[in-house]
Amino acid sequence: MVAEISTANEIVQPESFAFDAESEAAIEKILKRYPPGKQASGVIPLLYVVQRQMKRQTGSAWVPNKGMDAVAERLGMAPIRVYEVATFYFMFNMKPIGKFHLQVCGTTPCWLRGSDDVFRACKEAAHVPGYGHTSADGLFTLTEVECLGGCVNAPILQVDDDYYEDMDYESTVRLIEALKRGERPAPGSVIGRQTSAPEGGPLTLLDVPGE
Amino acid sequence: MAKVTVDGIEVEVPNGVSVLQACEAAGKEIPRFCYHERLSVAGNCRMCLVEVEKAPKPIASCAYPVADGMKVFTDSEMVRKGRRGVMEFLLINHPLDCPICDQGGECDLQDQAVAYGMDKSRYLEEKRSVKDKYMGPLIKTIMTRCIQCTRCVRFATEVAGVPELGATNRGENMEIGTYVEKALTTELSGNLIDICPVGALTSRPYAFVSRPWELRKTDSVDVLDPVGTNIRVDARSGEVLRILPRTNDDVNEEWMADRGRFSFDGLKRRRLDRPWVKVDGKLKPATWAEAFGAIAAKLKGLSGERIGAVVGDLTDAEAIVALKDLMGALGSRNLECRIDGAAIDASRRDYYTFNTGIAGIEEADALLIIGSNPRTEAPVLNARIRKRVTAGHFPVGFIGPRGLNLTYPHDWLGEGGQTLRVLAEGGHRFNEVLRKAKRPMLILGRGALTRPDGVAILAAAWKIAAENNMLQADWHGFNLLHHFGGQVAPLDLGFLPQQGGAAISPAVEALWLLGAEVDAAAIPAGAFVIYQGHHGEAAAARADVILPGAAYTEKDATWVNTEGRVQRGRLAVYPPGEAREDWKIIRAVSEVLGKRLPYDSLDAVRARLGQVNPAFADGGFAPHGCTDLTGPAGDASAVSDAPFAPVLQNYWQADVISRASATMAECARVYSTPQTQLAAE
Repeated sequence: MVAEISTANEIVQPESFAFDAESEAAIEKILKRYPPGKQASGVIPLLYVVQRQMKRQTGSAWVPNKGMDAVAERLGMAPIRVYEVATFYFMFNMKPIGKFHLQVCGTTPCWLRGSDDVFRACKEAAHVPGYGHTSADGLFTLTEVECLGGCVNAPILQVDDDYYEDMDYESTVRLIEALKRGERPAPGSVIGRQTSAPEGGPLTLLDVPGE
Repeated sequence: MAKVTVDGIEVEVPNGVSVLQACEAAGKEIPRFCYHERLSVAGNCRMCLVEVEKAPKPIASCAYPVADGMKVFTDSEMVRKGRRGVMEFLLINHPLDCPICDQGGECDLQDQAVAYGMDKSRYLEEKRSVKDKYMGPLIKTIMTRCIQCTRCVRFATEVAGVPELGATNRGENMEIGTYVEKALTTELSGNLIDICPVGALTSRPYAFVSRPWELRKTDSVDVLDPVGTNIRVDARSGEVLRILPRTNDDVNEEWMADRGRFSFDGLKRRRLDRPWVKVDGKLKPATWAEAFGAIAAKLKGLSGERIGAVVGDLTDAEAIVALKDLMGALGSRNLECRIDGAAIDASRRDYYTFNTGIAGIEEADALLIIGSNPRTEAPVLNARIRKRVTAGHFPVGFIGPRGLNLTYPHDWLGEGGQTLRVLAEGGHRFNEVLRKAKRPMLILGRGALTRPDGVAILAAAWKIAAENNMLQADWHGFNLLHHFGGQVAPLDLGFLPQQGGAAISPAVEALWLLGAEVDAAAIPAGAFVIYQGHHGEAAAARADVILPGAAYTEKDATWVNTEGRVQRGRLAVYPPGEAREDWKIIRAVSEVLGKRLPYDSLDAVRARLGQVNPAFADGGFAPHGCTDLTGPAGDASAVSDAPFAPVLQNYWQADVISRASATMAECARVYSTPQTQLAAE
């Protein structure tokens, strides 16, 4: 299963939350997508805005209660309706997380291709005891997620918003060490695969018609 | 209309109704948990599965519309298997704690498990447990028992209008709650206990008190608010243990306000349970004979001019008519029933009743509220307004304090008299809304009439009604909203100053207070005060003789709600100690005074009620129109500019019974200043 879910009440919640200028710009763009009176449809994108702002401001991407209240107020919804949505989706972190969010896909294709090794590498290199935990240094939070939709390049390790593909034990350790050093390796396949083409390059459609 | 065959029974039902409703029309009972007639359809418990011919799988009948020619089977092998499967899933995480559960004996899950449950469990894994939630001082939660039907979520959102409950997290981890811990800010929270099909939400004051089969159930009427909610009083060994609403679509549907439901513990505290007589300036316990003797000693030979009588807000019609007849026999014209000083004109019945009717609200298409907060004055009636607002196209104008949360959007027109005058003159923008409406109505709060310019306010409100299309031959849109269940009966019986009389004046030497909590300071210093009632407060402390009366659960009595609807309450428990039914006390005093009243039985008193006002014989309320537009006396233009002050500031402790209740005291503490808290939502 997924990261253990604890009630938000046990967490130190910030006293207040207000959208900053960057968030305001994003919100303006988002709300334009919905017809007048249907702004409540923007609740999920706005929760992302809150989560990103928290990341910018505190280094931890999560959604505090006051942030949800701010979304509710902006969209004219009852706060509980926002809480319902936010707690339903795993993508919203209801408690503070580490600086890097390691999300290991454990669904069948990734698992068949060795996600257990990726998980083990995360535990050992990032010093996280298991899923749902944060490392003592506050750098890494480890979460098991459902299918990320990148099955052809399984296994996948998602770090924050970036996909790292074709992972194995060693490449995971290398990635985590790099993150610790403050580097951000380029996302995508770590074995040099072109998008989702076969390993080593394309096998079909090699000839150009008419030549 | 669609023809549907249910188990071979052919029924015709309107298009668009659900299969479940068609089955009920055919007399077939469909088990359900999440479906509730008065809430939106959720379709998530799956207990109402039925088989429909040509459908590949069982369907959830509550959420499936009928089609013409549909053949439904409610008791086929497929249905039974399906329901058994659903029940098994529901019971997977439901604890086996029925022996210690307060819902036991009246639990939907328990009952339906008898029909569809297995005698053993195939589930060997660990059951889930859920942390209990705090939902205020009235509701006890044991959330592990929750089967997530979401009835409470829908009730809070749709009926109560306080979207504070929700289902957070998902799947195995789904929980019902407020997420951020807080007491539900509604005066209708007790209804959550009724609609919860399991023991997840139970009554906190009733916790571990009794089993339903031990209770003696008495149908009666609530008098603590003006709605006249139909109730069932559950009692055991002479003690009221709980009060539940009964269904009456014309009055309360099936809801009930919290004060009426939970303040009954006040019936056991601070009671006047024996007569008292003041000797040498101190009240001393006395016998009935001594009390009567003291009254006779004072009243005999006293001129009627020097005797006054006041009835309170929770007094039954029988006692009122008895006291009125006694005062008449003594020659007194000094009668009064308006303790709050409301400038009510009782010369015509439609000047002081809720003429549209509570059910009539649903037919209205515009509403003007003047100086009333229906949310605290009559929560159930407010839910009816909300129901109408939710149905759409129902502009609500409001004159009163700004920023009040009435649980529905309203158009705040102004704070007080000034706005009312403009409306009465017809020059307000809301006049246009009213004139365009086919069935507009207004609600005038009784509190607005307690101002010095109350007469003018009443006249102005009537003028608005008369000139804005509210008074039609088949529609009466003028409504006065009272505050308590005993305020209309004395008006109906004419318990008002006769020919220049005044109950509280220096001329009065003897004052009879029938449950009337008048300001003790206003009583003339030398006056001899007889206090008859069930709870002793300041006025009882001022009394020279105290006659212990019966509360509304302790007598067979007639009550008139704000609509003018005459309803009968019944004796559920006997009055405590030496207390007696009030009309009998007055009848007994009349004998001592040598002015024997001509009735010896309840039937005879009720016959007398019908003589005084035919309303008591014919039920009192039927939808009616208004053809005589003549308004009550008063100068509509004399309304002062003063804003309408909030009335009934403390919803939880508004009457003598709730002021004696520990449960209500706790509510008042939690919702400390209800007005501001509700407004802040």
